[in-house]
Amino acid sequence: MSTIEARDLTVIRGGRPVLTDVDFRVEPGELVGLVGPSGSGKTTLMRAIVGVQRDVTGTLTVLGKPAGVAELRRRVAYVTQAPSVYSDLTVMENLRFFAAVLGLDADEVRTKIDAVDLGSVADRRVDELSGGQRARASLATALLGRPELLVLDEPTVGLDPVLREELWRQFHELAQEGRALLVSSHVMDEAARCDRVLLMRDGRILADSTPDGLLRTTGAADLDAAFLRLVEAGASR
Amino acid sequence: MSAHATVAIAVRVLRQLRHDPRTVALLVVVPCVLMTLLRYAFDSEIIVFQRIGPMLLALFPFVVMFVVTSVAMLRERTTGTLERLLTMPIAKGDVLTGYAIAFGLAAVVQVMVTVIVSTAWLGLDVAGSAGWLVVVALLDALLGMALGLFLSAFARTEFQAVQFLPAVVLPQLLLCGLFVPREQMAEPLQWLSDVAPLTYAVDAAARVARETAISGSARTDLLVVALCVPAALALGALTLRRRTG
Repeated sequence: MSTIEARDLTVIRGGRPVLTDVDFRVEPGELVGLVGPSGSGKTTLMRAIVGVQRDVTGTLTVLGKPAGVAELRRRVAYVTQAPSVYSDLTVMENLRFFAAVLGLDADEVRTKIDAVDLGSVADRRVDELSGGQRARASLATALLGRPELLVLDEPTVGLDPVLREELWRQFHELAQEGRALLVSSHVMDEAARCDRVLLMRDGRILADSTPDGLLRTTGAADLDAAFLRLVEAGASR
Repeated sequence: MSAHATVAIAVRVLRQLRHDPRTVALLVVVPCVLMTLLRYAFDSEIIVFQRIGPMLLALFPFVVMFVVTSVAMLRERTTGTLERLLTMPIAKGDVLTGYAIAFGLAAVVQVMVTVIVSTAWLGLDVAGSAGWLVVVALLDALLGMALGLFLSAFARTEFQAVQFLPAVVLPQLLLCGLFVPREQMAEPLQWLSDVAPLTYAVDAAARVARETAISGSARTDLLVVALCVPAALALGALTLRRRTG
């Protein structure tokens, strides 16, 4: 059973299509990158998968159930683009709160704070932290419990290269444990770190391939160039 | 709904309050200061203070909780934490009930301090039991909180949320019988007054302070307020949409 299966997925907002006939699958244990410029529909697609997007037509099943059903809320974790943690609470208090909602204990909180390397600032209020630290606090809450699917909207924006490397290493570890990850980015070089890449533009999926596959089929030297060639090919069609 | 999720919300809201001691101080001190001002503004007409004091005592928690909860909920909506919560295993009722418990506890503290200051130091006479005055004020606080939660759905910014105070609360205040006895108002205004929840909230406080025993009218007032709270919370739950554009 695929972790995500989307067929003819369309979202119309304000009379205009934000997603058009999107088809793809994500299998358990896969780390899939959702890459495209801002405004290409990445966030809308992620919101549809976690069940908070209105006016979705087509078929979208997550872990074999229709996206957004109550049962999936324990099995799917979502990190929004803007860090969605309480700025007037400490990192520890934030994690404790989300853990309590999930019915998890304090050990779990400590483990996840360490996983994103925030141990030294665990007792600081989130509004005293840097942007990167806030993003990591938000990410830590998504790691709570054992979600089978992690939907992460631009989780590495504004992080220093060392930390970014570390997070990608963790994403791969999570995938190796058999979970599926859908990670969005507007930076092409992040696509190279994924098992498979969905390239998006104007609400459509331009390409669905491995990073190597993209380079091979387009004959481009890097993923940026590959993206440009795909856009040009799409325009000339 | 689940108890652990409801409690988690309530504990979190109280933690947020604890990190904001100035708001807590304002919650507790402002009503006491206002009651003191009222007492000495009517220094030569203490009878007026005795008449309207209890009404204001019921009004302060209503107004304060209305503003605090509408801004708190709006913040939860605009920072994306509500969206994240709604992707988690939590019922909308858990969120609202959690808020109600936390702000209800804050209202108890606020009301107890104000009642003690008013009766012990400012000489406010309460014919019946001061305990009933606390009950009335607490119900009024919960009513303000529930209306604040509901109306926050219609505000996109904190500026708009704060404007709901003059837009929603002041008309009820003008019509509730505090300034002019209701019988003396133009008839259409009396009808409006009849359907405004604050009318019953303020009337309940006035009756509890004046009457030695809880009369049938006071009971009706309390019942109306007590029913408006879950009604407003239910309306609030309707405005919490899991799926948004």
